Amino acid sequence: MFPLKSYEKAESVDHAIQLLQDNPEARPIAGGTDVLIRLRDGKTGYDHLVDIHQLEALRQIKTDEDGTLVIGSGVTFSMAMESELIREIIPILSTASETVGGPQVRNVATIGGNICNGVTSADSASPLMALNTVLQLEGPRGTRLVPIAEFYLGPGKVDIGQQEILVSFRIGEKDYKGYYGHYHKYAMRNAMDIATIGCAALCKIEANQLTDLRLAYGVAAPVPIRCTNTEQAVIGKPVNRDLIREIESLVEKDVNPRTSWRASKEFRLQIISELSNRVVTQVIEKAGGRIE
Amino acid sequence: MNKIITFTVNGKKRELNVDVRSSLLDVLREIVGMTGAKEGCGVGECGACSVLVDDLLVDSCIYMAVWADGKSIRTVEGECRDGKLSSVQKSYVEKGAVQCGFCTPGFVMASTAFKERFKDKTFTRDDIRREHAGNICRCTGYESIIEAVEQSMEED
Ligand code: FES
Ligand code: FES
Repeated sequence: MFPLKSYEKAESVDHAIQLLQDNPEARPIAGGTDVLIRLRDGKTGYDHLVDIHQLEALRQIKTDEDGTLVIGSGVTFSMAMESELIREIIPILSTASETVGGPQVRNVATIGGNICNGVTSADSASPLMALNTVLQLEGPRGTRLVPIAEFYLGPGKVDIGQQEILVSFRIGEKDYKGYYGHYHKYAMRNAMDIATIGCAALCKIEANQLTDLRLAYGVAAPVPIRCTNTEQAVIGKPVNRDLIREIESLVEKDVNPRTSWRASKEFRLQIISELSNRVVTQVIEKAGGRIE
Repeated sequence: MNKIITFTVNGKKRELNVDVRSSLLDVLREIVGMTGAKEGCGVGECGACSVLVDDLLVDSCIYMAVWADGKSIRTVEGECRDGKLSSVQKSYVEKGAVQCGFCTPGFVMASTAFKERFKDKTFTRDDIRREHAGNICRCTGYESIIEAVEQSMEED
């Protein structure tokens, strides 16, 4: 038995917001793969639940008239892997989804939950960061649109009010069109593991020049991060070996990994720079760039 | 805190009054009386509690019982029909993929999901491994399980 004190099932997003307003101690539960485990562990703060599991309004994957890709927060990793639209427009998210947990977890765990729990190791976080994703939140005072980089406030802390529901992820056409991406998860095991380092990159190449680069990491800092200094330093440069070497050396200044039982800070730094090389090389090649 | 839920278990319709705090595993084992699905870890790590919910493989230990409302659940007990083992079960027996047997009910459901998903597709041993990565076996070393899955794919 999960030690719950109250449980309410929401029939819609508005209903969920109402239920959260009615009980200031309540929190939403979606896939449950984090919340139910925390409850079982006896962690506090999860004993009043508002159930948004499989709420149809949160499970859509579509493009708006202006080309914006909209992914519902309740979309599971399996749904993301199987979605033709995601595979076509942002295959980086399909790749990242494949690395999450095992089949049972991917079948129920949601991308919204992966982001809202605020952990730095979330496999969907760095790809969504690289895509400049905007989060749509609904609450009693209406809609809020928050860029994902601003959503993370600290380890396990995100910018969502107790009465708010994360409804969808929005990725504008300008942020995916013409970009090539890749996500690499470095972990101790090939499945059922948490990333030691996760690295996501997107790039755009014209006439063998790097016209844009977005490099994001998980577990390289207390929250998922973008390497903005590195990006700014190399955008516009011609693609060659020196460029890769420059990225590899710059990236260390953008990150701030720590030592845990999983890996030491020094080891993580090594993986971070090695992955910048491998992942950036791969996206440049995907984009048709030639590294001479 | 109770709720009435209606669902089918291995094709049989049930209407149950469940405590909303229960997991699907609790309800299957303690109310329905089907003890095939096992609790190994209770936290979604081992897959011993795997069942199919609308043909999707889930860990029933971290799946709320109320979520089963309106759904169709399949457990290892339903795979043997009219005294005849399913092709997956038969292959497990023939390949010696069962030792202590604690993991087997969960593995059989994972393999059943695999078989149904890949029956008309090409697949590799890596696909088998990846789709069974959520199930842990401490006895067999997995090789015989993979062979059993391969054999089951050749049968109806
Ligand atoms: S008992 Fe459910 S995954 Fe281990
Ligand atoms: S047969 Fe013993 S755990 Fe798998």
